[in-house]
Amino acid sequence: MTAQKENNVAIECRGITKRFGSVVANDKINLTVRKGEILALLGENGSGKTTLMNMLSGIYHPDEGSILVDGREVTINSPTDATKLGIGMIHQHFKLVEVFSAMENIVLGTRETLQKPKEMKARIEELSARFGLEIDPQEKIYNMSVSEKQTVEILKVLYRGAKILILDEPTAVLTPQETEKLFEILRRMKSEGNAVIIITHKLNEVLSISDRVTILRKGRSIETVVTSESDVHSLTELMVGRPVELSIDRPPVENRSEILKVVNLSIRKPDGALALNDVSFTINRGEILGIAGVAGSGQKELCEGLVGLLSVEKGAILYDKENIVGKTPAEIIDLGISMSFIPEDRLGMGLVAGMGMVENMLLKSYRSKKGPFVKTQPAREQAQRLIKRLEIVTPGVDTPVRMMSGGNVQKVLLGREIESSPNVLITAYPVRGLDINSSYTVYELLNEQKKKNVAVIYVGEDLDVLLELCDRIMVLCHGKITGIVDADKVTKDEIGLMMTGEQLQSESETEGEN
Amino acid sequence: MSMIIKFIVASIASGTPILFGTLGEICHEKVGHLNLGVEGIMSIGAVAGFMVGYRTDSFVLALIAAFIGGALASLLYALLTVTFMANQNVTGLTLTIFGVGLANFIGYYALQHSENGTLKLPENITAQMRNVSIPGLSNIPVLGELLFSYTPFVYIGIITALLLGYYYKRTKTGLNVRAIGENPAAADAAGIKVTKCKYLNICLGGGICGIGGAYTIMIINKGVWISDCVGGLGWIAVALVIFATWSPVKAILGSFVFGALRQIRYYMPNSIGISTAIYDMLPYAITLLVLVVTSVRMVREKSQPAACGTNYFREDR
Amino acid sequence: MENVKQKSSREALLHIIKRQEMGKRQATALRFGALLLALIAGGVFILCMGHSPFGVYRTMVSGAFRSKMAVQATVRNMIPLLLTSLSVTLAFKMRFWNIGAEGQMIMGAVFASYFGLFHSDWPHAVLIPVMLLAGIVGGGLFGLIPALFKTKFGTNETLFTLMLNYIALYLVVYLEDRPWRDPSSPGYAKFAIFGNNAKLSKVFGVQSGWIIALVMLVAVAVYMKYTKHGYEISVVGESEATARYAGMNVKKIVLRTMFLSGAVSGIAGMVQASGTTGTLSQGIANGVGFTAIIVAWLGRLNPVSIFIITFLFAVMEKGSSVVRSTFNLSEAFASVLQGIILFFVLGCEFFIRYRIVARKRGGKTEQ
Repeated sequence: MTAQKENNVAIECRGITKRFGSVVANDKINLTVRKGEILALLGENGSGKTTLMNMLSGIYHPDEGSILVDGREVTINSPTDATKLGIGMIHQHFKLVEVFSAMENIVLGTRETLQKPKEMKARIEELSARFGLEIDPQEKIYNMSVSEKQTVEILKVLYRGAKILILDEPTAVLTPQETEKLFEILRRMKSEGNAVIIITHKLNEVLSISDRVTILRKGRSIETVVTSESDVHSLTELMVGRPVELSIDRPPVENRSEILKVVNLSIRKPDGALALNDVSFTINRGEILGIAGVAGSGQKELCEGLVGLLSVEKGAILYDKENIVGKTPAEIIDLGISMSFIPEDRLGMGLVAGMGMVENMLLKSYRSKKGPFVKTQPAREQAQRLIKRLEIVTPGVDTPVRMMSGGNVQKVLLGREIESSPNVLITAYPVRGLDINSSYTVYELLNEQKKKNVAVIYVGEDLDVLLELCDRIMVLCHGKITGIVDADKVTKDEIGLMMTGEQLQSESETEGEN
Repeated sequence: MSMIIKFIVASIASGTPILFGTLGEICHEKVGHLNLGVEGIMSIGAVAGFMVGYRTDSFVLALIAAFIGGALASLLYALLTVTFMANQNVTGLTLTIFGVGLANFIGYYALQHSENGTLKLPENITAQMRNVSIPGLSNIPVLGELLFSYTPFVYIGIITALLLGYYYKRTKTGLNVRAIGENPAAADAAGIKVTKCKYLNICLGGGICGIGGAYTIMIINKGVWISDCVGGLGWIAVALVIFATWSPVKAILGSFVFGALRQIRYYMPNSIGISTAIYDMLPYAITLLVLVVTSVRMVREKSQPAACGTNYFREDR
Repeated sequence: MENVKQKSSREALLHIIKRQEMGKRQATALRFGALLLALIAGGVFILCMGHSPFGVYRTMVSGAFRSKMAVQATVRNMIPLLLTSLSVTLAFKMRFWNIGAEGQMIMGAVFASYFGLFHSDWPHAVLIPVMLLAGIVGGGLFGLIPALFKTKFGTNETLFTLMLNYIALYLVVYLEDRPWRDPSSPGYAKFAIFGNNAKLSKVFGVQSGWIIALVMLVAVAVYMKYTKHGYEISVVGESEATARYAGMNVKKIVLRTMFLSGAVSGIAGMVQASGTTGTLSQGIANGVGFTAIIVAWLGRLNPVSIFIITFLFAVMEKGSSVVRSTFNLSEAFASVLQGIILFFVLGCEFFIRYRIVARKRGGKTEQ
């Protein structure tokens, strides 16, 4: 835990504390990274990983504690200071100027800016070759894919001669292949003697790329372990703080019957790209249908298409042979289908961040009352009911929901949707950003709905959860279905393969291991 | 022929105050700040330039004062929007109301305390404001008149525009500035001093607007103080920024077009009989057209800098 | 833990951090503090001009109320300002930057004036409602245009509405110059005065527009706070994605709200033409639409606060004309003072949302 006094320490944090108002985001954190190693920073959401890294890159300032680079105590007041010290951060949300070319972004803010473009280009190409990166320096950022943008970010950092690289959840937006490519680049950096810090909460990635892991929990540095001596269970335990029974209840399906049939559905993104390509499947009452896939494989569009938020390019959603595509929500309800949707972006889509619980309850119900006026009393009662039932912690029903914690926000959203007694419940990444306890509350709520014979769709990213919670799993890859399998008859590896686009051979015969 | 030359010369002169206002506003918008206070900044520049000129009898000092007056007005805007993160639209509009009011107030005050009830710049300055005459060049037929028969303002304006064009397009600082206007968080992460850069460019822009204000009082009103001397030119300048698609060099051409629209009424035969109001309306109508066309075509390089209108706070996520 | 060492003092001394929500009472106190500071700053300015600030302020207030006529003038000043402030409030609540109240007011006046100029033979009881309706339609349509382009092409509404103000203004100049020119007036082009049937009658000595303004105040307040439409406006303003998620037709809401926003300004134009100026004129709006934006912002989009601030502004405007005659200071003092007040209040909003902390040596943060 304490820093070993070795000469090859690249960066060291001692007792770093950072408060936001009354919240202590980082509490006396210690961290050591050596030259030529990859350190994974592991922790649940809200454990203070990003805050800590933002202090190393000069975005925030620590309230207490010290940072040492190459054994020398330093003060990092701004990103410039960080760059001078050889620290480079690749943010989760890219910091690129869209209308600039890759080259302009790479040289931005450096001394050489715009001097002898040919030389700069040569230098960028030389750097790219050295680390195995591929990029056209003249290309505009807005024409680039996500992984190309990430490449530009990496080049930006390398161009500045960074010796310490920090990557904040770099794989969240990448396909498995792109992830592997990125890891290859990171290994090269390591072999050149650089220190790499990678922030993530994906355990398999931690195990495959890092040399050591530092675990943060509730703003404290709990432990640093050597990767080769740890496994998924020990890391989870450190992350959560207690032994976790990583099993989720899966009540048996009682009377599975079809409620919706999706036929040859294709949906385009607003920018015109095909997000969902000729997708067909059925949704059954009383079961949880899991949807797996690399982020951006069409999950979002599928959900939004089902609930009518995106217009359908082609295909049909059938309810008892009647196509509900193009029908208004009112008409759909008249048919006897009530759909509820828990979107991925809770505060930006599912709820109004600046309004209290009462007004957020109104979002779904305000129209149902006759006349031009809004009645708040029923919504107020509903809010109070939810607080009691789901044990929501909030100062009051009129406190803006953005002031609430992630878990409570999700309870408000789920609670509201469940109260409308839907028969189809679509959830997109419903446990993203929640701590383990809140996650389990969500699983319980979903199972409760399942037992009430509701058809539940669960879009998830954690394959272990999908395998344990869902009855069937549908895998999407580049907008196409690569398989629909029974969750108890499939392995994680098989799903992983399908996520990369491989169709599973003879699905029905597959014997699962768990 | 001579009518046409006269018309061109008049258009160029008439577009010059707008050019200054536009260049100033471009400086604001390049760092991501839409400033609706151009009219007010120009008014403050006008009153500062006029009063200093009136007292010191020096054209150069008057210009410097106009620049400083405009820069100070913009400094106030920068303080509120950059540091205090106040709403840009509201701050800009307030600056217009405040600036015009302040200029009128000071002008009125000076007028009340003047000896003969009028305020007029001394002859020494008015002489210097007259058209620059370059021996030899100005006498070349046609060309001499077209190129070398203007007040110093015209040359200052065009040179400023060319310098700004070079600054934004070719220099390192210019690239940094554009990055701030497009994505301040990216610029910040790249190590650019966002706040300092914003302040400098906003104040520079204010100064340039201030000179435009001085033009209105010194040339348009021939050195005699009147209330509301800027008379809406500041708003046309905001329009011209859109017309010029945020390019200082295109603003030169745009200012001639707008100048021509302001002058054409005097060169049309009466028989055509178009109401002068139509000429007045045209710059705005054309700007509206340009605004719509650019938004329909979505040419990202020719649009308003993406971060325009929103303030930047580093710790916002 | 290791000792926290003393650091080099290269650190920035001041640092801005976001506050958690500040209490309402404290925030209000801070805003009043800002107002007070603004008045002090204005006072220093007066002092520099060689007058007593107290004298000027006293004259300003007493000037607005010194006689029945003065009070009536103050109220008359309030009417268009209140209406246009309510108008922009509707749009701002939706985060639609309608800078075009000026133009919408002018268009309302133009539409209403058509009937006032050419149908003044209609009976008063018919003509006035028709003119009011025309004002609503004129202002509303002029508000609808930028909304159409915004929803269809994403055209920047700030710049669009700004341009429309001038198009409306020069349309009036054109009408005055050509088709609607008063043929009986020699020399300068001008509009004819409305017939008596087209003029709003007076109630308590002030044109009855004040009743319309008060009715609109209540209507807008109720509309925003208690109706489904008002709720929709708030949701769209907070997040368009959420509005769509909740099944709201965002385009329709934007178009509807901008029509209403324009319509309220249109009413202001009609009331001004029919009640105060007695005809259309180039100065019919005279910057009121711009001042309205300041008022709406100062009032934090709350109709009651807006009413109070409108009153204050009207007092300043009327009072400064008395200050002019008493102290020989320009009426522009009202604009200067309004500007100063807003600058201070805008500045104080910062301190409501953020805190400045000074960092002591050694990296510790102290308040």
